[in-house]
This record gives sequence, structure tokens and C-alpha cells, in this order.
Amino acid sequence: MALAMVNVTASVLDWASSYFDAPTRAVVFGVPIDGHLVVEALLVVVILFQLTRKSYKPPKKPLTEKEIDELCDDWVPEPLTPQITEDMTYEPPTLESAAGPHAIVNGKEVVNFASANYLGLVGNEKITDSCVGALEKYGVGSCGPRGFYGTIDVHLDCEQKIAKFLGTPDSILYSYGISTIFSVIPAFCKKGDIIVADEGVHWAVQNGLYLSRSTVVYFKHNDMKSLENKLEEVTRRSKHPEKVRRYIVVEAIYQNSGQIAPLDEIVRLKEKYRFRIILDESHSFGVLGNSGRGLADHCGVPIEKIDIITAGMGNALATDGGFCTGSVRVVDHQRLSSSGYVFSASLPPYLASAAIAAVDYLEENPSVLSKLRTNIATLFNELSDVPGLVLASHILSPIVFLKLKKSTGTGKTDIDLLDSIAKQALEEDSVLIATTKRSSLDKCKLPIGLRLFVSASHSESDLLKAAASLKRVAALVIS
Amino acid sequence: MVRLPYLTALTTLLSYGILFVFGHLRDFFRKIFDWSKSNNLQGYAPICLGYEDFYTRRLYLRIQDCFGRPISSAPDSWFDVVERYSNDNNKTLHRTEKTTKCLNLGSYNYLGFAAADEYCTPRVIESLKQYSVSTCSTRVDGGTTKLHTELEELVARFVGKPAAVLFGMGYVTNSAIIPALIGKGGLIISDSLNHNSIVNGARGSGATVRVFQHNNAPHLEEVLREQIAHGQPRTHRPWKKIIVIIEGIYSMEGELCKLPEIIAVCKKYKVYTYLDEAHSIGAVGQTGRGVCELLGVDTADIDIMMGTFTKSFGSCGGYIAASKEIIQHLKRTCPAHLYATSMSPPAVQQVISAMKVILGEDGTNRGAKKLAQIRENSNFFRSELQKMGFEVLGDNDSPIMPIMLYNPAKIPAFSRECLHQNVAIVTVAFPATPLLLARARICISAAHSREDLIKALEVISKVGDLVGIKYFPVEPVKPNKVEHLKKIE
Repeated sequence: MALAMVNVTASVLDWASSYFDAPTRAVVFGVPIDGHLVVEALLVVVILFQLTRKSYKPPKKPLTEKEIDELCDDWVPEPLTPQITEDMTYEPPTLESAAGPHAIVNGKEVVNFASANYLGLVGNEKITDSCVGALEKYGVGSCGPRGFYGTIDVHLDCEQKIAKFLGTPDSILYSYGISTIFSVIPAFCKKGDIIVADEGVHWAVQNGLYLSRSTVVYFKHNDMKSLENKLEEVTRRSKHPEKVRRYIVVEAIYQNSGQIAPLDEIVRLKEKYRFRIILDESHSFGVLGNSGRGLADHCGVPIEKIDIITAGMGNALATDGGFCTGSVRVVDHQRLSSSGYVFSASLPPYLASAAIAAVDYLEENPSVLSKLRTNIATLFNELSDVPGLVLASHILSPIVFLKLKKSTGTGKTDIDLLDSIAKQALEEDSVLIATTKRSSLDKCKLPIGLRLFVSASHSESDLLKAAASLKRVAALVIS
Repeated sequence: MVRLPYLTALTTLLSYGILFVFGHLRDFFRKIFDWSKSNNLQGYAPICLGYEDFYTRRLYLRIQDCFGRPISSAPDSWFDVVERYSNDNNKTLHRTEKTTKCLNLGSYNYLGFAAADEYCTPRVIESLKQYSVSTCSTRVDGGTTKLHTELEELVARFVGKPAAVLFGMGYVTNSAIIPALIGKGGLIISDSLNHNSIVNGARGSGATVRVFQHNNAPHLEEVLREQIAHGQPRTHRPWKKIIVIIEGIYSMEGELCKLPEIIAVCKKYKVYTYLDEAHSIGAVGQTGRGVCELLGVDTADIDIMMGTFTKSFGSCGGYIAASKEIIQHLKRTCPAHLYATSMSPPAVQQVISAMKVILGEDGTNRGAKKLAQIRENSNFFRSELQKMGFEVLGDNDSPIMPIMLYNPAKIPAFSRECLHQNVAIVTVAFPATPLLLARARICISAAHSREDLIKALEVISKVGDLVGIKYFPVEPVKPNKVEHLKKIE
């Protein structure tokens, strides 16, 4: 039995080895077919077979209805708003009269430094009369967006008046101050465009930059060297300068710090690196310049060099709403693609006629500007030695900004300190001043402080009273 | 729902196709002609690139005279439309001194407070003299007056919520509130036909945005289940919070939202609801309190109710009404409250007076009469238009009536013909509506009398025959009962 097995095995082996060691049987395409080639061929076939098999994946099981039900039951949402603590229930002072240089708060007369009433137009007779006429003729609201019978002839008159006053071809009116800038920026900047903006711009500009989805680069607040560096960096990295639009976004007078932007420097840089300027003149229109025409007038820059100028009219012009001005192409483009213009009701007609009356007043009485400048200089002088606070704004800015000399450690204690100064000044000395309040959505990192808005209708005694009060209260609180 | 017949769809697409081809041809020739003229951009990119404003230049400018018509009187039921002329084929329009008195079917004047009102205007002028035009200050600095606090309490009482906060503009209300409520890690589910301000607010908040089919509560439930089960994209962490945003009346469709079903779904899945009542507050409901009253939903079930004062109250501005904690939080964080000029005092007084009239607190029943009038007017007008064979969208009781036009050529034809006959109509096309679904939108007001409506119906019927938009069969006129009786005798 074993012998038979051995014989069979030996004969099989002989057959196999004879087959493999046999001399070359054939020559195919110049390759001699040896026995080992058969094994290799078989190996290749096996490899190909394995490659064609589908790889093993664990089967995908979608969630069953019951599992989804369980997940939905388990899910607990956060509360819609965080817990309200004691100090959050602060109520602002309530006015019982017009917000002029003297206002009535809680029955007492106070000196009002919290209204941006730069030209003293709050309560002006002529403006009130034109408003009364407009109210009787047009009612209060305009009841429709600009495209659907909401365009009233006072709107068109106001647009032409502002354009003529500034010396630009055309302008466009918006129905609210802050919605101007955050509708203008997304209308001109889209994904892929490059914007270089100051880090101290206010929330509305930040929102506009975010909504535009462009690449935004911030430079140090009002620092021209930093701006030049950023422009250089951006120009070097940019690949197709003819297809990508590039903008510099600055404010004329920053409401977060009271600084004034050096426009002639910025225009020089813009022309060197081929950028366009978007300038927000909310606090400088009607204030800077010999005739109140804004920063371009003040710096001696021709207005055509600034591509887009926007401004809110809630400050010097003592009305509401905003406008944007520039070349004809710029203004026409906004009439269909600016969301705050197309999808919103238009400015109430009486506010537009108030704006026309205000611009008329400014044209007829340019002396009010020099009065404003003297007031600012006086207050600036008086406030240069307040204990614990230091002046941080520009000497010509109507927003006089005081910040703490030394921070108390945390942001919260700083705010509390400043709030207590303002509260005491109001209660004890009847001086109403404002502290900067920052929203949690605001990304600006500039220091907070106290703001005094100087008006041309403040008398010298008002200014001295405010300065004396601040010095006294600050000495008490910051010790 | 819109039922678009195949033939109409085909002809509309064909029309747009022809317009696009012609537009491109003109662009091509313009490029050739401008080759010789020197390009004075000197290395700057053009401010409007390529095809961004193709629609504006080649389609919109042709019919520019149908939009943005200036008026020179109050937007009451009859107003003066300023005539315009053009020397260069509609590229620029110039005003003339002449005006035509037209019937106003386009302004949002639901309760007739647009023009000078006997109760409101004297009080508004008084407040103007007392508080002046503007406070020039933000609400938190020195811009809160007694009028503002009075109006906030009145709005909260009117709407049926514990507290309210005011803003100077309706658009800004939405864009600035939504980022204050929800941020990254949250989910916003909004109706597919929501207004641009809500879309902007949702985008500006940084949360993930998902859309559900218009007014479709089962689809909303499906989307909610899927989203809660899968969590945040990529990380699959659970959502921090979910807000569903809907509107009371959709301004382009005239439809009411299916509020009870949607609120039931939201309560089941513990999500927050945000209702935008821009067009419905003051205009629908037994006492004018909006869709909640009309559809029988308790206001405590909706977390945040938003509205505007532009439409029914004849003023400007917006409000948010919610629980005391939410309002406190918003007053601390919302940028529109902290940074924007407060609402103009005369406008605030107008809203206070208008609300008092609606509530009947001025001592007369004018408010109730106005509300009954607008309901009657809307239902009468809608049923008459449907009888004439027009395709009218929207639900009963809603004062907004879109009439479908479809073809792009019918838009200017309808608009201009109606203006010739002294009826002012609003026509809406792309991008406010989908490309194929252009329409004419009618807004009824309580200031329209029965004669005004009958005249409007005559004109619309005549022009509709001329332009060819009676897509449905006309209902046969039923013989008068009296004549019938006479015949028997």
C-alpha cells in the first residue's frame, strides 16, 4: 500500500518535473515558453481575479424611524437667551423734551452731551416748518419701496441737492443710517474681491464686510505705515489685478475712537497700488471742511478721487436716513442691486424735506462751523487734565473721546467704572454724557471710554460746566 | 398654488431666450465699437464685472418706466403720478412738471393711514414741535424719549406679548436681531419664500441655514427630524438651538402661512419659532392683531414676533415682541439698538395714534370700521377677479392679490395700459419672483371705496383682454332673479 502511494507520488512528480524541465516547446513572439511561465501566468490570472472583486465595506444602515424618534426626544436645546443678571437691567435716561443742548431728563434740566447734534439743528424753526408742511401734504410714511410708488418728489429733490452740495454727479438715499453702509458694501464687493479695512470700523461696516464674502484684511487703527504694508502684501499676492476689485474701507471720523483718517495719505496710497476707496462720512459730513463738505474738503482732495462716499444723516443734519454718492455708474448700480434700497420702504418724506432744509441752512450759514470748531477747542482744552482719564480723539473731532489712563484689569470692571462716572455726572451735576457700549457681536478691539458730542449750540458755560463736573466725578471715582 | 400651463411656459421661455440673444448681440457690438475708444480704467478692475449687470442693462432698462414712478402727493387711495419722458430709449428718465391723478393699487396702505388723518396728524405735529425731528442719538445714549417707552408698552399690549422693543427700520430689525439670537453651532430653518431681510440676517449670523418647502408642514417635520438626528455638519455634534422663521403673509403670493400646523410641529421638536408679521399686523384678524388672531393660535406659543409699522400704521420702523428676558437680552446685545439712531419721534407718535384708533381707544369706532372695510374690500375684489378669469393667488381675507402675467412682454404692456387709464399697478418680475412667474400685485386698502374698486375692476378687465392674461375660463354671468321672474310673468 505505501509502496503504491510512493510510486504514484513519484510518477506525478516525474510528470510534473518533466513538464517543467522540458526543453522549450515553442517560441511565441520571440519569447521562449518555459514551464515556469505557466505558473506566472496562473499567478497573474489570480491577481486579476482578486482585483475585480468588490472590496469589503460594512453595510450602511440608515437610521430607523424609532432611532430618529429617540434622538429627537433626547435632544435638549440651549435656552434662547442667556440668564439675565442684575446689572443687565440698566435703563437709559428718558428724555422728556427735544434732544437739544439743554434737555429735560426725569423732570430736571440737564446739559446734553449725548446727542450728535453738531450743527445745533435740533429744534430749528425753519426745519420744523418744512417738516410740518411735508407732514400735512404727504402724511408720515411713504408706504412702499422705491421701485413701487414709494419714490416721492422730495426724495429726488433731496438726492439732487446733496449731489450738488458735494459736487458729485448723483446720489442715492437710504431710509436708515446704519443700513446705508451695510447695503453698499455687498453691492460692490463679492466673493473673491479684496478689501483692506481699518480695524476700528464700527459694527455696520463689519457686518457689510462679512455679508460681502470677500477677503478682508485689517490694518492697525489709523496707522498709515500698517496700511502701506498690508497693501504691499496684498498686491504682491494677488494674481489677476484686472479681474479682482480691490477696496480700502475707512471712516472719516471713527466713532469708536474719535480719530480722523488722513485722506491725502490714503489717496496717495490708493493711486500707487490701484485700489478704490469707500469712505463713511457719517460724523464728518457737515462738520469738517470750510464749507462743511466733509473730509475731502478738509484735506484738500478733489472729490472725484474718492470712489464711494456714504454717510448717515442722523448726526449733523439732525434727521434720519443715509445717502451714498459717487460717479453715475456707482449710483445707478445700487438702484437695482443694493438690498437695503430695493427691499425696504423708502425714507419718510418729512425726513427728506428736513434734510433739504438742513443742507440749505448749512449753505447759508457757514459761520456755524467756526462756532463748532471753537467749542471743540475749548472743551478739548478743558478736558486735557481730567484725573484718571486721557483724551484719545483728534483735536478737530466733534466726538471728544476720553479713555481710562489705566485699565482696572477686566473689561467688565472698566465698563462699570465708566458707567458710574456717567451716572454720577447726570445725577449730581446734571450733565448727560455717554459711555461707549459694545455689542457682543462687535469685533472691534479698541478701548472703550466716555464720549462727549460737542454741538455748535452749546454755550461756553455748558462746556465749562461739563469739564468741571467730569474732573470732580472722575477724581472721586477713580482713586 | 400657481398652475403654469405648458404653452405659456414655452412661450415665456422663448421670449426670454430671444431677449437674452439680442442682449448678447448688443453687448458684442458694443465691445467692438468701444475697442477704438481708449479704456480709461488704467489697471483697475471695472466696478461691475462682466455679466453681473447684464440683466439690468439689457432687460430691465427696456421697461424701466414701469418701475420707480415718482409721485407728488400722499400715497392715499388716489394720488398724483409724475409723468416722465425719455430721450434715449428708456436709458435715462426725466421728470416733467405734469402729474396725473391715478387710482392707487400699489402702496402698502392697508388701513388708510397713509395720508393726513384727522386724529393722528395733529398729534404728530404736536410731538414734532415738542421733540423735534430726530434725537441724533442712539437709544442707549440719549435717544430714548417718553414716546418710545409708551409705544413699546402699547405694542406689547397690542400684539399680546409681555414686552417689546422698537427699531427705526423694518429691514434692519431682521438683519440685526437674528445674529443676536443665534450664532455658529445653531440652525436656522426658513421658509423658501422668505423676504430678503430674513435671508440677510440668517447669513449674517453665521449659523447653518436650511430651507423647507413653502408652507409645507410635513416637509418641515422631515427636515427637522433629519437635522436633529444628524447634528452639525461634519462634526455631528448636537445643534445648540434651532429656530424656524416664517412670515404671516407672504408679500409676493398673498398667502397666509399655515400657522397652527407649523407651530404644532415646532412644539413637538422643541424648536424656537420666529414669526415675521410685516404685512399681516393690523391688516388681518378680527381686531387687527394679525395672523395669530385670524388662525386661532395662542401668542404664547410663538417665541418671537416681529412686525413693521410701514404697512398698516402709515409710519416707519419695526418692532420685536417676546418675553421679558429675551427683550432684556436684545436691548443689551442687538447692534441696531446700541448703534443706530433711535426712531424719529413724530413717526413714533403716528404709530401710537394709529394703534389707539385701531383699538378704539380714541373714542370712536373708526378702527373697527376700517378693519371691516378692508376685509370686505379684499374678499369682494378677489372674487370678482376670479370670476373674470384671471389667475389670482392668495387666500381669502388677505389684502394682497397677485395676478399672474408670465410673459415678459405682458409686464410693460399691462403696466402702461393701466396707467393710460389712470390706474396705477405694480408689476413684479425677476429677481423678486422666479424667472417664469412674473406677476402684477394689487394691494387693497381700507381707504378704497366701492366705486373705486368697481372702476379698477373695469379697467383691469379691459386691459386684461387686450394683453391676454385671462388664463381661466370666464364664469358665465347669472341672469338676474328679477328678470327671471319678469319672464315667467
